[in-house]
Amino acid sequence: MWFILTINSVTLGGLLFLLSAGFSLIFGLMRIPNLTHGSFFMLGGYLGVTLIRFGLNFWIAAILTALIMAAIGVTVERLLLRPLGGNAMQQVLLTLGLSFIIADLSLMIWTGDPVRVPTPPGLEGTASLFALQFPLYRLAVVGIAVIIAVGLWLMIERTRLGAMIRAGVDDAPMARVVGIRVSALFSVVFALGAALAGFAGLMAGPYLSIYPGLDSEMLPLALIVVILGGTNSLLGALVGSFIIGFLFNFGQVLFPNLAYVILFLPMLVILMFRPQGLFGRLT
Amino acid sequence: MTAGYSRILAVFAFIAILVTLPLWIRDTFYVNIASQILIWSIAAMGLNLLVGYAGLVSLGHASLFAIGGYAVGIAITSGFDQLTAFVIGLAIILLISAIFGALALRSTGIGFLMITLAIGQILWGVAYRWVSLTNGDNGISIPARPQPFGLDIEGPTPFYYLALAVFILALAFTSRLVLSPLGAAIRGTRDEPRRMTALGYNVWLTRYIAFVMSGFLSGIAGLLFLYYNGFVSPQVLTVQSSSEILLMVLSGGSATIFGPFVGALVIVFMKNVASSFVERWSLVLGLIFVLIIIFIPEGIVPGLARLKTGFGGARRIRAVPAPSGEAS
Repeated sequence: MWFILTINSVTLGGLLFLLSAGFSLIFGLMRIPNLTHGSFFMLGGYLGVTLIRFGLNFWIAAILTALIMAAIGVTVERLLLRPLGGNAMQQVLLTLGLSFIIADLSLMIWTGDPVRVPTPPGLEGTASLFALQFPLYRLAVVGIAVIIAVGLWLMIERTRLGAMIRAGVDDAPMARVVGIRVSALFSVVFALGAALAGFAGLMAGPYLSIYPGLDSEMLPLALIVVILGGTNSLLGALVGSFIIGFLFNFGQVLFPNLAYVILFLPMLVILMFRPQGLFGRLT
Repeated sequence: MTAGYSRILAVFAFIAILVTLPLWIRDTFYVNIASQILIWSIAAMGLNLLVGYAGLVSLGHASLFAIGGYAVGIAITSGFDQLTAFVIGLAIILLISAIFGALALRSTGIGFLMITLAIGQILWGVAYRWVSLTNGDNGISIPARPQPFGLDIEGPTPFYYLALAVFILALAFTSRLVLSPLGAAIRGTRDEPRRMTALGYNVWLTRYIAFVMSGFLSGIAGLLFLYYNGFVSPQVLTVQSSSEILLMVLSGGSATIFGPFVGALVIVFMKNVASSFVERWSLVLGLIFVLIIIFIPEGIVPGLARLKTGFGGARRIRAVPAPSGEAS
């Protein structure tokens, strides 16, 4: 049982990383927590399932879902958040209002029944190693999360776009002065965040299944990850995700009544002793 | 000065209308809706202390609203009498507000909002998952409404008057508070925290006091809610519920005395009346949210004041007139 719990924890950690990396990037650049992030996760799951039902391959559906979510992200940023430019509180509340709209529309379209996503062919079974059974799909999720983590890190640290994003995060007005179009970066980052969240939603499908309320379950997890790990920090998001992944799974088995309180404890300690988060920088 | 008198007259007219309300609406369905409006107004007034006057936007207030109800419900079902349960409820509200505030005020602005949202969700998780204590999704019921001072408040009209009495007390309290030196200090920490520090005010403590008072007021509303429904469930402390209270404050007009009432009136009415025609309340709620933020971010009451006084007339602080002679 410990073994399967560990596998589940690592899988959830990977999914949480996909969710909170975008959340953290958006927060770092635009200085707002995107409260529709949980909705993007759920919406991605539903869209992906619909694409699969049209007969698409799981992986093609996942890529299409990410692209559609990126388009939705850009639309939200351009049409709704941009006009409120500068007023962070209004932008946050707008993302909150939007999350209710998405939740209710999803309920209308996909009904209240949980939707199970079929495990992609070839990954249904388990692999055995040292007499332990590893569920293949979960390993694949972890692998993909690691690949995306490395990709994101390379993008942020090694490319021109990444350098521009870092400049925008550090000092947006100064970045503008040297000719970086920070407002264009907002759209890029928002699209990227939405795409990652949606992709994570579909990846979560075969493991958690997709149901109404998934959005408001995932959003606080992303919040806690970012409070724990610190904003503006990919490493923080990664470490925070795995901490929460473990606490969530082990907490639910060991202390089923208090699983949520246990999630809350490390956040409490961090807030008391290191309010900027484990890897956060004071800005 | 005539403006001052007409304002006092308006307040008395407003209270007179509320007092005589059950005489001329009669239909118990609407009397009950009026009670709900009053209850949510009190909760919104509590949140308004924080959002409007202290400039701290909380997305976890529904959990402070619900916690007192849970405490009283659990106390009654485990055998305490109504009065003891009520006192336990008040104590728990104060305790949780004090802890919640100490954690959330590690940060301000957006950080504060994120922490309140996270803590609110955790308390929701406790209510939902700690089945042995909270009865999980089924919630907690109490057998009967209490009989304060031997008065019977089982009927809709007597209960309405109880809610009204608490509402008027809360209204008197908040309007006194915002005009008091403490109220001025709270507004000062919203607008000029650095200057307040330089002037020797303890900004953190001022905010903390505002938080605890805010939580207490919302918690009292939650007790009334329990007595009204005879029932409290995790549904009461969802993010959606917190957002509804926040929307009442924002739509009515934050940092105004009557804004929360107007907001509660609009939202409760929409929720009860509109949702009997439209099934999709959260869609409607989301749409109102988005529309209000885009079109009347200052809220209904200041919006009307702006129309009345012409352009530039409505400022957030001006909505609460300072009486002559008050130190500014």
